Amino acid sequence: MSEERIVLIDERGLRVDGRKPDELRPLKIEVGVLANANGSAYIEQGKSKLLVAVYGPRELHPKHLALPDRALLRCRYHMAPFSVEERKSPAPSRREIELSKVIREALEPAILLDRFPRTAIDVFIEVLEADGGTRCAAVTAASVALADAGIPMRDLVVACAVGKVDGQIVVDLCDLEDKYGEVDMPVAYMPSKGVVTLLQMDGILTREEFEKAFKMALEACEKIYQVQKDALRRKFGGVQEESVEEVSGDK
Amino acid sequence: MISKVPVNLNKAYLLNLASKGARIDGRGLKDYRPISIEFGVAGKADGSAGVRIGNTYVMVGVKAEIGTPFSDTPDEGVLMVNAEFVPLASPSFEPGPPDENAIELARVVDRGIRKSEAINLKDLCIIPGKKVWMIWVDIYVLDYNGNLMDASALAALAALMDTKIPVVKVDGEEVIITEDRKPLELRDYPIAVTIGKLGQSLIVDPTLEEENVLDCRLTVFTTKDGNTCAFQKAFPGVFTPEEILEAVDLAIEKGKELRSKLFEAYEKFKEPSKG
Repeated sequence: MSEERIVLIDERGLRVDGRKPDELRPLKIEVGVLANANGSAYIEQGKSKLLVAVYGPRELHPKHLALPDRALLRCRYHMAPFSVEERKSPAPSRREIELSKVIREALEPAILLDRFPRTAIDVFIEVLEADGGTRCAAVTAASVALADAGIPMRDLVVACAVGKVDGQIVVDLCDLEDKYGEVDMPVAYMPSKGVVTLLQMDGILTREEFEKAFKMALEACEKIYQVQKDALRRKFGGVQEESVEEVSGDK
Repeated sequence: MISKVPVNLNKAYLLNLASKGARIDGRGLKDYRPISIEFGVAGKADGSAGVRIGNTYVMVGVKAEIGTPFSDTPDEGVLMVNAEFVPLASPSFEPGPPDENAIELARVVDRGIRKSEAINLKDLCIIPGKKVWMIWVDIYVLDYNGNLMDASALAALAALMDTKIPVVKVDGEEVIITEDRKPLELRDYPIAVTIGKLGQSLIVDPTLEEENVLDCRLTVFTTKDGNTCAFQKAFPGVFTPEEILEAVDLAIEKGKELRSKLFEAYEKFKEPSKG
């Protein structure tokens, strides 16, 4: 290669953006940012910015897709044409189709779909600016938006990527680390249930490295879980005590 | 297709069997169905293979073409993996462009091959920035009875082992294709092993009947050195962290088995008399 190799970990052990290996990027979550959606959330994780809207439970079209015993969860992960360096065609790419599927499957175990037979719950994810980790940010924000829509859930779903750059296991990769690093491994987790709902990986990891990275991802998810809960509290913290009891007494 | 009610009834039955360490076709939880691997099944392809795992049959054809490289990797060849769920393979497959399942399958097989660095894409460069080899790996699902991931990944690898690309001469800007062919060099042999979760049990190589009732599944690619190089969790269920570690260990162990089966089949294909 003629061009210089990009240094991802400097001599002080810090990453391209000055973070330590186990340090997350600045994270901001806002709840209920859209007027029309039943639930919505905005997330900023480093320079990645995403907007998620939830519509439903609502009537399902086309009707033949309806499930007799539960709601149909649909999910669309989509990147704005201006979200990346070179303009991305707005038509869904193979990557977006795959990510829509894995994100849907990461959220589905958390939702009590059997409460709403024959209906649809639509989750629309728009990546406004991409700087790595967008599928994870999408899962994190989508579960907050689902909660904002008042859809009963077993737990929030939190996602975070871990990876290997310059031989080091690091958490919450940014775009440069994702592109030039050796490994990217997104993990989604339901912290209160202690279960994993999404796991992908590309790049070579030994068995030991995998275990270390996996544990780091779960720890990072616990931290992000707090930010999710704080964001929801900011919107719903003022809700009367009695009405909370009423809802929980329902089940 | 199979309606909802029998699937649920079947689930109770299969769960009960699995909890006793048994399966509907008499296999153990960690056994593959019988596997057969055939090389050179498509004469017009530059490399091909057919893999049967039980009643699942997948054929892969590799075609090498000369094309232009991507602008960000001017000195590298191009690897493209595509999957077709041919309608004759299953009543649930419909004609039309690849759906999300076919796209996921192709992308996961691509990831396994690419990230193991089995193919040195730099070897496939002819004239930097202008002409490179484009390796098309077309996965053709011909009979669908579960575990397409493992069958497709194995067939794709076998087809690449069988691939011979034309020797070319470069004369200035011109590329002359000679009559000679040389084998595509592989540096690794990535193997996919899919582990399904059925209640509390982990099972290897789920059949279609089992897939219909699985909570979820994890596909793990391992390299020849026993490292992992790609994962994909699928289906809307959950794994505990302990189950994931167990599944990864199981995949490393089963990956070795599959790889030696593949090499054995390849030896037989190369020297049939010894078979």
